[in-house]
Amino acid sequence: MREDPTFVARLRAGDQDAFEALFARFDGPLRGAARSFVRTPTAVEEVVQETWLALVKGIEGFEGRSSLQTWLFKILVNRARTRAARDSRLLTFSSLEGDASPAVDPDAFGGDGRWKSAPARLEFDPESRLLGSELRSQLVGAIDGLPDQQRIVVTLRDVIGLTSVEVCEMLEITEANQRVILHRGRARLRAELGPATVEGGP
Amino acid sequence: MRLWRRRAQPLVCQQFVELVTDYLEDRLPARERARFEAHLAECDGCTGYLEDMRRMIATMGTVVPPSDPHTRDALMRALRDLRGGR
Repeated sequence: MREDPTFVARLRAGDQDAFEALFARFDGPLRGAARSFVRTPTAVEEVVQETWLALVKGIEGFEGRSSLQTWLFKILVNRARTRAARDSRLLTFSSLEGDASPAVDPDAFGGDGRWKSAPARLEFDPESRLLGSELRSQLVGAIDGLPDQQRIVVTLRDVIGLTSVEVCEMLEITEANQRVILHRGRARLRAELGPATVEGGP
Repeated sequence: MRLWRRRAQPLVCQQFVELVTDYLEDRLPARERARFEAHLAECDGCTGYLEDMRRMIATMGTVVPPSDPHTRDALMRALRDLRGGR
């Protein structure tokens, strides 16, 4: 519904209700995304405010070639990267971070490449089918502790729910590159929540 | 057709865990996906690993921070100042 031309026309006309609706939908996600680039609450606040300001100023020039969502997040990512650079945080995607470490500790597997014993399971809430509250807060901390590239890609993809096409475009990385970063990030988070290795082991 | 050469080697768990993201992203070529799913169908350990990965990813979708009322006020002020919003 937000993509409908009427909604964009209302934004262009400065319709407060339309801006309220857009704000309610996107301020949290923008904030979450900003947090993955810049680390102080002040910097997050500034980047998010700058993005909204850019929207107010720039909506008349919005041609609707991308979705409003993509457009907003592109503005945010540009601002956030500029801000990170100013704070001397170099967020480069030109090379992959770290080595090609395996998703799961090799010790969890026997010489034949099979699990020594079935990996330990994560506790979850049977109703919501989501991880339990303890693991959930552990997860939040673990995302925060990921290396830059992984934190940014995992946040944009899995927390915010942007598509891989959107993320690749925003970060100017290839789809394959993005998938490798996402894979390492998710595997690392899984490992942080508890080793998949066996209790006691053989 | 030299089937004996074309038949794919079955996956083992250690290879399976490295393909999980490609699988979830639907980027495995058909043949690879078939190997992946064949392994999945007969391995409880990998079934659990994949299921937990799915739950972890779904849980990440619930940790988006809330919107900030101060920022909302700043936006509305900017709107009035810059656009003479109605």
